[in-house]
Amino acid sequence: MRGNAGAHELIAPANLAAALELIAAAPGEWTPIAGGTELMVAHAAGRLTANKLVSLWRISELRFIDEAPGAIAIGGGTTFSDLRASKLVAAEFPLLARSASWIGSIANQARATLGGNLVNGSPAADSPPALLVYDAEIEFISVRGKRRIPYSAFHTGYKLNAMANDELLFAVNLPRRFRQHRQYLRKVGTRRAMAIAKVALGATALMQEGIVREIRIAAASLAPFPMRLQQTESILLGQEISPTKIHGARSALLAEAKPIDDIRSTAQYRKNVGANLLEEFLLELCSGNATR
Amino acid sequence: MNKGWPTIRLAVNGEMRAVRTPAMKRLLDVLREDLHLTGTKEGCGEGECGSCSVRMNGELVNSCLVPILQAEGASIETVEGLACDAELHPLQKAFLDCGGAQCGICTPGMLMAATQLLAQNPHPSMAEIREGLAGNLCRCTGFIRIFESVIAATANSPGRTTEQATDAR
Amino acid sequence: MNTCATTRIVGTPVPRKEGVDKLLGRARYVDDIEMDGLWHGATVRSSIPRGLIRSIGFDRKVDWNEFTVVTAADIPGQNHVQLIAADQPCLADGKVSHCDEAILLIAHADKQKVREAVNSVRIEYEPLPPIFTIEESEEQKIVIWGSDNIFKSFLLEKGDVESAWAKAAHIVEGEYRTGAQEHLYIENNGMIAAYSAEKGLTVWGSLQCPYYVHRSLVAVFNLSEDKVRVIQTETGGAFGGKEDYPSTLAAHASLLAMKSGHPVKMVYDRMEDLAATTKRHPSRVRHRTALDKKGKLLAMDIEVATDGGAYSTLSSTVLSRATLHSAGPYVCPNVRVRSCSWATNTVPYGAFRGFGAPQAIFAVERHMDEIAAAIGIDPIELRRRNFLHDGDTTATEQVMREPVILDKLLDRALTESSYEEKRARFARENRHNPVKRGMGIAAFYHGSGFTGSGERYLNSLAGIDVTTEGKLRVLVANTEFGQGTNTILTQIAAEAIGLDYNDVIMAPADTSIVPNSGPTVASRTSMVVGRLIERACAQLIAMLSEHAELDEQFTTAEFFAACDRYRAAKGDVVSLCRYEAPPGIFWDDQKYRGEAYPAFAWSVQVAQVAVDTVTYSAEVEEFWSAQEVGRVLNPVLAGGQIEGGIAQGIGYALYEKVILQNGHMANNQMTNYIMPTAEDVPPIHVYFEEIPFQHGAFGAKGIGELPHDGPAPAILNAIKDAIGVSFNSIPLLPEDLFAKLSTPQTLEEPTAV
Repeated sequence: MRGNAGAHELIAPANLAAALELIAAAPGEWTPIAGGTELMVAHAAGRLTANKLVSLWRISELRFIDEAPGAIAIGGGTTFSDLRASKLVAAEFPLLARSASWIGSIANQARATLGGNLVNGSPAADSPPALLVYDAEIEFISVRGKRRIPYSAFHTGYKLNAMANDELLFAVNLPRRFRQHRQYLRKVGTRRAMAIAKVALGATALMQEGIVREIRIAAASLAPFPMRLQQTESILLGQEISPTKIHGARSALLAEAKPIDDIRSTAQYRKNVGANLLEEFLLELCSGNATR
Repeated sequence: MNKGWPTIRLAVNGEMRAVRTPAMKRLLDVLREDLHLTGTKEGCGEGECGSCSVRMNGELVNSCLVPILQAEGASIETVEGLACDAELHPLQKAFLDCGGAQCGICTPGMLMAATQLLAQNPHPSMAEIREGLAGNLCRCTGFIRIFESVIAATANSPGRTTEQATDAR
Repeated sequence: MNTCATTRIVGTPVPRKEGVDKLLGRARYVDDIEMDGLWHGATVRSSIPRGLIRSIGFDRKVDWNEFTVVTAADIPGQNHVQLIAADQPCLADGKVSHCDEAILLIAHADKQKVREAVNSVRIEYEPLPPIFTIEESEEQKIVIWGSDNIFKSFLLEKGDVESAWAKAAHIVEGEYRTGAQEHLYIENNGMIAAYSAEKGLTVWGSLQCPYYVHRSLVAVFNLSEDKVRVIQTETGGAFGGKEDYPSTLAAHASLLAMKSGHPVKMVYDRMEDLAATTKRHPSRVRHRTALDKKGKLLAMDIEVATDGGAYSTLSSTVLSRATLHSAGPYVCPNVRVRSCSWATNTVPYGAFRGFGAPQAIFAVERHMDEIAAAIGIDPIELRRRNFLHDGDTTATEQVMREPVILDKLLDRALTESSYEEKRARFARENRHNPVKRGMGIAAFYHGSGFTGSGERYLNSLAGIDVTTEGKLRVLVANTEFGQGTNTILTQIAAEAIGLDYNDVIMAPADTSIVPNSGPTVASRTSMVVGRLIERACAQLIAMLSEHAELDEQFTTAEFFAACDRYRAAKGDVVSLCRYEAPPGIFWDDQKYRGEAYPAFAWSVQVAQVAVDTVTYSAEVEEFWSAQEVGRVLNPVLAGGQIEGGIAQGIGYALYEKVILQNGHMANNQMTNYIMPTAEDVPPIHVYFEEIPFQHGAFGAKGIGELPHDGPAPAILNAIKDAIGVSFNSIPLLPEDLFAKLSTPQTLEEPTAV
């Protein structure tokens, strides 16, 4: 244990309003900590630079899965166990439920939160590809009120995001319009469990008489942050899936992806496996296979 | 020295305890150092090995990742709470019979993970057992006899299917 | 002793002796121990791989008067931790030879302050050019150890290999590489040390060999043997990683204890343990093999090279075992093995389950499949034609006097795995499936116990005594670290006397209580130490018969009554025996010829592998292991040893990679040093054939290391079967499969000259 517990201040406001006031009074000074599955690792390694931490763990106003006719709203403090237990998420957003099962272990899933996963901003994070291909929206909250942005605009750089320093990630909103879409999500890690993604690919597509009417493709670890592969999508939109198209889409992905070599894997491996995953999805679209 | 340290009250194995420590002290360290419950172990400090696993409010958590402030008012179960007086918990008995513990350092966390698994799913399939224990690393056994131990512990509960019996390998 | 006699306790699955404590969470590992006045220690380590220490600076923001700081200058005796050679300093003195080398030690009552103090030391170096690979060391352009970078070399010759090339119908060459491997025991290294002038030095810690630590402390502190006491605490996994390193850590904690006047605890966290302690030796093995037209081996010319790291530690004995296992379980009239262990500026490599055999066996078993492909013989058939049988001689001219049942083990493994049927089915299915499946085998032996005259040199003493509380107590320095020492030795003693299992306990592994029965390594505990216990039991019965009127047949009560009589008349009831070599063990250490090992354990393993061509990931889907280890003393423990060793072998082949950057382990966390989880290990099927060995306790031979020898070659052979591409280097990661499969030359045939 290389961290010094006594050198950090941690307080637990009783409710959301109190937390927001605290943060507004000294913007940028308080680091939110929810389940601690990232920050406590840094703490143990002696790398936790945040001196003042505000606990969101017991703020129940952040932990919810709310159903409305057009969308569901998932609170930023919702854990991945909560997501896995939700019948609604399983039924309408199966890729998100699947990504929740990839987070660490059962013990990590009980503590890691959706908000934390997004705000931590790792390019390898498990939930972002699903959220991107479901057209998620992020809702921020502060003493100034709430605001929304498309999730695709949330990450602005490596571990940088569009949240203001007096805001919290209040909710992720998912439009309930993907039941007819073909869906795909696959993660490639170092082992079957407890693995950080070397690369992951998610996709949703609406097919009509063999033509791609809608397509969203997103990846982990093919860029400095989770992102949609929009150039690759444009090759496929409005098209039939043919061997030539698949080849074209592969090439587009290889050009669009900008992975790196790091301790976990190589750029070449990531790109090429990403292209293989894309091809796997496109072949499933052709063959009429059910959601993967 | 302890100016500004909160007093945290929590139930540990059914007993109310109170500690006064920095809010960012890890639950793992509070259990081991303040409460002298050394059954829960530190293997990695990163939430990867599960040897620090305990149950907190009925959920399995890695206690190395829980700042003690967040355990205020919580109900914690550790390995020390499994056995009842002189009687081993059925999981402990099964591990003893089946060889689920070798060096024993992963065992407390493994038992807590298995307890959690069976609490939610009294008759897990082999795949569910593997998933339930995936966050607990054992370097000695290769997991095989741990799986057998979990299956053996479910053996006397009603509703066990033969699929589970033969699924061990 | 009749090894075939029916037994009541030996051979039965009695519960683990210390199992209940472990399951209750009551077992006390070193970090669980608290003491009054305990201080905490930490280590300042080198951040460069090679260089001179120019200055050591202490940041003035720290009040250093509160701390105890130890350097090499504080060492009262010898500044080295000697396993074989005396080249490894206890603390660096003026220069460093590897990253993370210990330079300074710091202690304080407050664990947190120690941490801050470690971060407040500034060391300035004059770097020297480092070398990091076997090849760089071989070049000898930069010499970092001795005059030539060579820790040790061997030459083993049988017959005349050079004469065989001209007569050969086939000559096949290959080069095989293995990477470093980390033990990843779930309990990190830790020690507590206390010193007083009257009592001397006492250390408690996670360790395999109390007397190795004892010997090191005697030298470092220049104390007499009775002034050093070493006590093993419950040890959370070892696998060889706590054979050598604890001596260094014990010396460090002791130096701080001595200088500070307080007991000192030093427990590593995972990052430090991974970066700074020993790992398995990387290797490069080259084979050149001559065969006749029927595929019978005519000559094996083998070059073995290991990377020993910066200091010699156990490199010479690891190299020895690698040399003696390099020709495989085959008959070959002409063999030459030239082996060499090289120095590099990396953390010294040390003992790890298998100890050179996994490296050597990976090479020879991969090579056999390469030969089979090159000359067009089925790999199973090739092995059958060349297996050792009773009466054959090995590469050291050791005659196989004990039964060799490789054919039977092979048949069993092939049958249980449905090998032929699966290979045929996979060949069909692979055509249309992006996941390609294959089957692969490995056949091998593992020499039980120390090489040649090693046991004579150890001269182990072990035995039993009877306590006043009416228990029989086993007195050995051999330790429990999960593999079952406590259980099998108490089973043996209970059986040998005729008591119940619960009447027998283990004496603590405390050098002030137990004799030196040798280290707990080399798969020697059951066979060698167990045998000493058997003999000591027989000796005790003889003593009691002669001096305490013990009848030929006796009940438990009568036994302990006789012990009481003996105690009253003659004193302590204790019976110790010294090692006696089995007859006919002749070993020439110069020529490397003769009886290399007193016994061999044998195994054939089969792997079923699936290679996903979308992700280039290879996974083991199922694994079978047939072995002959003499008598199985406890089937649950024995099965657990095989399964655990296989899981580690799977990790060695497909998951575990040590990534060095400038000689420092960059992936020194559990998040990025990858071992298989409960979701990754396949179903593992274990089959024992029992042929009792007359010189082992109740017929037992060694078992612990055998299972780690086979998985890597079996798995890579299966991958070759699945996708038709040879891989000769481990760890084999998806990135490596991708790199090879995505280049044009994917279907190159192995070279047959």
